[in-house]
Amino acid sequence: MKAVCWHGKDDVRVEHVPDPQILNPRDIIIKVTSTAICGSDLHLYDGYIPTMEAGDILGHEFMGEVVELGKAVTNLSIGDRVVIPFPIACGNCFFCQSELWSLCDNSNPNAHIAEALYGYAPAGIFGYSHMLGGYAGGQAEYVRVPYADVGALKIPSDLRDEQVLFLTDIFPTGYMAAENGNIKPGDVVAVWGAGPVGQFALASARLLGAERVISIDRIPDRLELARRHSQAETINFDEQEVIETLKELTGGRGPDVCIDAVGLEAHGASVDALMDRVKAATFLETDRPHVLREAIQACRKGGTVSVPGVYGGMLDKVPFGAAFGKGLTMRMGQTHVHRYLQPLLERIQRGDIDPTFVISHHFPLAEAPRAYELFKHRVDCTKVVLKP
Amino acid sequence: MSEPVTVKRQVTIAQPADKLYAFWRSFENLPRFMHYLEAVRTLDERRSHWMAKAPLGQSVEWDAEITADTPNELIAWRALPKAQVNNWGSVRFYAAPGDRGTVVQVELSYEPPAGKVGDLVAKLFGAAPDQQVREDLRRFKALMEAGEIPTIENQPHGERTLLDKVAGALKPSK
Ligand SMILES: NC(=O)c1ccc[n+]([C@@H]2O[C@H](COP(=O)([O-])OP(=O)(O)OC[C@H]3O[C@@H](n4cnc5c(N)ncnc54)[C@H](O)[C@@H]3O)[C@@H](O)[C@H]2O)c1
Ligand SMILES: [Zn+2]
Ligand SMILES: [Zn+2]
Repeated sequence: MKAVCWHGKDDVRVEHVPDPQILNPRDIIIKVTSTAICGSDLHLYDGYIPTMEAGDILGHEFMGEVVELGKAVTNLSIGDRVVIPFPIACGNCFFCQSELWSLCDNSNPNAHIAEALYGYAPAGIFGYSHMLGGYAGGQAEYVRVPYADVGALKIPSDLRDEQVLFLTDIFPTGYMAAENGNIKPGDVVAVWGAGPVGQFALASARLLGAERVISIDRIPDRLELARRHSQAETINFDEQEVIETLKELTGGRGPDVCIDAVGLEAHGASVDALMDRVKAATFLETDRPHVLREAIQACRKGGTVSVPGVYGGMLDKVPFGAAFGKGLTMRMGQTHVHRYLQPLLERIQRGDIDPTFVISHHFPLAEAPRAYELFKHRVDCTKVVLKP
Repeated sequence: MSEPVTVKRQVTIAQPADKLYAFWRSFENLPRFMHYLEAVRTLDERRSHWMAKAPLGQSVEWDAEITADTPNELIAWRALPKAQVNNWGSVRFYAAPGDRGTVVQVELSYEPPAGKVGDLVAKLFGAAPDQQVREDLRRFKALMEAGEIPTIENQPHGERTLLDKVAGALKPSK
């Protein structure tokens, strides 16, 4: 089959590889009908995530048709159309039973690597480094899905791929980011990053009753999308001082909820951001937490900082004193996607939201290298869907 | 003879003690999650024959007997005299707090023998016997909770470069 393989920084290739096989009783194989490139894939493409190996198959946002069933999978049939959550989770352990699916105990065959780094290991993730399981991803013609009996969501035939594809990740991720903000009537929610995750965080904050939403980025077409789709007020961080502007936009109080939908590759021209670039380049620090610092600084007293943006390692000069002094709540983590599949599918069916609004490009899978370049440089590109 | 090596590890499993005890008590099951074992055969109520995985043409085998057996709480065993490698072990099952299943505590000991068998045993357990036991218990937990052990063996991938192959070979083994 054809698959998109990682070969190092700025190097993905479409290769011919063997088809996947059932390896465990709860596995299924699906024939991928649609798959997407995520901002998280850019962290791999930019070489920020350790324990990748050349030849690893990428992709954690995918859906398709069931073509093979493991012998323990009885709730699915050949031919079912399914959407697959990006974290792999067993459904049986303490964490899955507590709906903390992305922290599953039983899905990471390389748990010892993550344990050495983090103390305890999070769940395995498709196509996202050996530390997180080393699973082959779904930017391919076929993919093996472990624990499919609790992971796969069946999709009614009247919904198109594009309407439900983002249930795999970015819609639940934006939604959980907003939910983690514990939004109350009258709240102002500020979202750093107007990429796909930021867009879904803005839209979800609206769904959850935010009075006003503010989008911060520097890409004009993404800010325009935030204004158009979520009636966001916008701040271009290349032109405006972010913390001061937020203060002025909120009657001097600061936003009630600050969402970092950027993560470890934040851009910035300030002194701290330049220092981060130097330190990251010389391995004195692994991540560039410019946005996290800004969100903590900007947040109102007693407010919430919600972090869907991915961090991987060590952060320098995070103003923990400000977080403590203002009594902030901080919530974060990989999304517990399984928890949101059914409720968000219902929101799509009810017409509360049409997730296709973020899509800017379609490409054949074979043109993945070009699609990665385009998405990385954000040339009028918010979200790419690939078709095998 | 040198000092015995003892490893003690715990894991919490979201399953009742009776199920875990029963699975463990059938020693034939142990090789499913203890990767240094090739097979265990029950000989009678108390005695069993253990075979460890050994490199080509060599073998480490011994007979063991049960020294304590309290249903749903404790199993202890030890190698019979004249075993190539003197070893003993126990597993205890405690209720985890807050209805979170069962804490499984395993203690394994062996006396590293000298000579050729000693080299074999050293190969089997590697430099970190405690990590081996941790991985055994991780597999036991997955098998008991999820019904299978997560794996990526034999899945497809693109072309691996030489550099990665070298890096892979140098990775600490589990
Ligand atoms: N928690 C999860 O489970 C989860 C799931 C999916 C994605 N993510 C993460 O969410 C983040 C965003 O994903 P995406 O797909 O939207 O990525 P993306 O790369 O498309 O978007 C990131 C946006 O952040 C903007 N940005 C950069 N620096 C900024 C700054 N200083 N201030 C404001 N905006 C800035 C960029 O211009 C870009 O538009 C990534 O870190 C991704 O890994 C997390
Ligand atoms: Zn994603
Ligand atoms: Zn689990």
